[in-house]
Amino acid sequence: MQYLFDNFWALTITGLTLGAVYALVALGYTLVYGVLRLINFAHSEVFMYGTFAALWVVTFLGGNATGSIAQVIFWIAMMFVAAMAMSGLIAVLLERFAYRPLRKRNAPPLIALISAIGASFVLAEIMGLREKITGWFGLDTPLATYVRNSRNNAGMPEIITPQPVFTLGDYAVTNVDIFVIVGAIAIMIMLDQFVKRSRLGRGIRAVAQDPESAALMGVNRDRVIQVTFLVGGVMAGAAAAFYMLKIGITRYDAGFILGVKAFTAAVLGGIGNLRGALLGGFVLGLAENYGSAIVGTEWKDVVAFLLLVVILLFRPTGLLGESLGKARA
Amino acid sequence: MRSTLKFAVPIVAAALALGACGTKGGDTSSAGASGGSQAACDLKIGMFGALTGPNANLGIYIQNGVNLALDDYNKKHPNCQVKLENYDSQGDPTQAPGLAKKAIDDKKVVGIVGPAFSGESKAADPLFNEAGLVTITPSATNPKLADNGWKTFFRALGNDATQGPAAAKYIKDTLKATKPFVMDDASEYGKGLADIVRQDLGSAVVGNDTIQQKQTDFSASVTKVKASGADALFYGGYSPEAAPLIKQLRDAGWKGTFVVADGVKDQSFIDNAKTAAEGTIITCPCVPADVAPEFAAAYKAKFGQDPNTYSGEGYDSATILLDGIAAGKTRATMVDFVKSYDKKGVTKQLKFDAKGESADIKVYAYKVENGKIVSVGEIK
Repeated sequence: MQYLFDNFWALTITGLTLGAVYALVALGYTLVYGVLRLINFAHSEVFMYGTFAALWVVTFLGGNATGSIAQVIFWIAMMFVAAMAMSGLIAVLLERFAYRPLRKRNAPPLIALISAIGASFVLAEIMGLREKITGWFGLDTPLATYVRNSRNNAGMPEIITPQPVFTLGDYAVTNVDIFVIVGAIAIMIMLDQFVKRSRLGRGIRAVAQDPESAALMGVNRDRVIQVTFLVGGVMAGAAAAFYMLKIGITRYDAGFILGVKAFTAAVLGGIGNLRGALLGGFVLGLAENYGSAIVGTEWKDVVAFLLLVVILLFRPTGLLGESLGKARA
Repeated sequence: MRSTLKFAVPIVAAALALGACGTKGGDTSSAGASGGSQAACDLKIGMFGALTGPNANLGIYIQNGVNLALDDYNKKHPNCQVKLENYDSQGDPTQAPGLAKKAIDDKKVVGIVGPAFSGESKAADPLFNEAGLVTITPSATNPKLADNGWKTFFRALGNDATQGPAAAKYIKDTLKATKPFVMDDASEYGKGLADIVRQDLGSAVVGNDTIQQKQTDFSASVTKVKASGADALFYGGYSPEAAPLIKQLRDAGWKGTFVVADGVKDQSFIDNAKTAAEGTIITCPCVPADVAPEFAAAYKAKFGQDPNTYSGEGYDSATILLDGIAAGKTRATMVDFVKSYDKKGVTKQLKFDAKGESADIKVYAYKVENGKIVSVGEIK
């Protein structure tokens, strides 16, 4: 316990940076659940593809730790663009090929769930076998930097060296910590405003509230669903870019654990609720860190999931309740 | 009820008859194989370990050594070649028993190099023992493996009971660390090794922590290490976790020495941790290339790179089995052959004690310098 108080700020700041990544990924789960009542289990792979896009583009541009400020800004910007584009694309393809055909035939929700799990395996294995797949086209040697040892960890060159900016208690908050937390919150505010104010956002809320009435009022449901997947994917891409800045190492199965955590964050905050996903992400990140400080690091997942169970016992719809459609505030 | 019996009796009888045939068939084939040393052709040895998956590098380094030994043998015996059968466990203990059964069922397999890791050894070795199929592991270092009374278990290198104390000694005597911190990944190998280091360092240890395999964010552990004021960190585990761990520690500004063991002695550790890997100390009961220059040259000629972790041990393990085949041994007689083996291999004098442990053991220290793993000598 004493340890928790002594290192309170270190645990809080690192918990918040991780929580920010959870929250951004959780948004994808929540958005899709809101409009389709479907848990998109392949969303974790959408995130994983984003991490690789970020890694590849930085490697391609020759990113390193000694670049000038303009170079570093350019690398980071490209990293975000690539990760968001890749994740958005994968999410849209996923909807087009794994979910839409089933929806057209009125398949029961369980079938879509199985399709999601299957798509998740396919996507992860394609990444894990990329060395072999590029080999079929004779591209594995020219692309060796990007595909070699495809089942191993892949590390990104460091482009910003973490520098302490100011100290809180006795923890030196670094530029990376600040960038991740502030950046993630800024992106979430943008998304909130998009759903609240834009025409497409209104469409998303309408479909979430009552798909049939929305269709009767002239909302193109397929288009709204597509946009929802795209937005969720772009958020996961942003999360992936932040993750690569902070952790810098990814692997074909890196999405799995993070996906489970982000899904937990979404449920914790109230699945279907955007602000709930944000709150859930931060609460989970902090709970993991505090929990590991109190009872030991090996228990951190136990603490996180215990918290989930306890909260759901008292608030079965999560901290903020289930309400994408009613999110007017 | 009666009708079921009516069917069941003939089926059981038929099954028994078939079973009897099967055993008879098996007997004839093995009798044929043991008929004379010249008859022992088209036999196989097995390579059991991670050949794909995140720990594949360690398996492939061994496999290369085994292949080299096989080339030597087949060159000398052009009319009676031995084949290598791969059992790719991905280092996963849950896959190991199935693969072990597969190897046991293939009657042409007379010996196994591996299993490469301790966890999968624990899962697969009881089956090998029951079937009497000899295994020589070139890399599994958990000491408890030798305590199970498995007659078919042999280890061509030192175990963690020698590596652990050597690592502790290095931390105490060479690094002169006064505040060591010990961490492990809760695996059979990592925890076993870390516990020995903990015991040897005794009250000097300022903190302990356990992480999980596949974990990528170590912020809670980083906070613990920094708060303890540690000047050295011993980590028992493999490279997929060691790389992000040291990177995050360095990012957080920790300045102490990172000490790891053979599970991290793998180029991918440096490729992923980049500059954060610099200065890392790696202990390993594996011999550096300069101890066996001829082997190193042959390896480089074939694979275009220097021999890596346990390539030499893989070569030695395979050589023992191949010598057995040359002497006309079969699966049944191979165990005794290995037990009484006593020859100089590329890594050390190859000789086993009653428990199947190597009789001659050395532990070396390595250091990461300018992106390369270089030897800094034996730990004495």
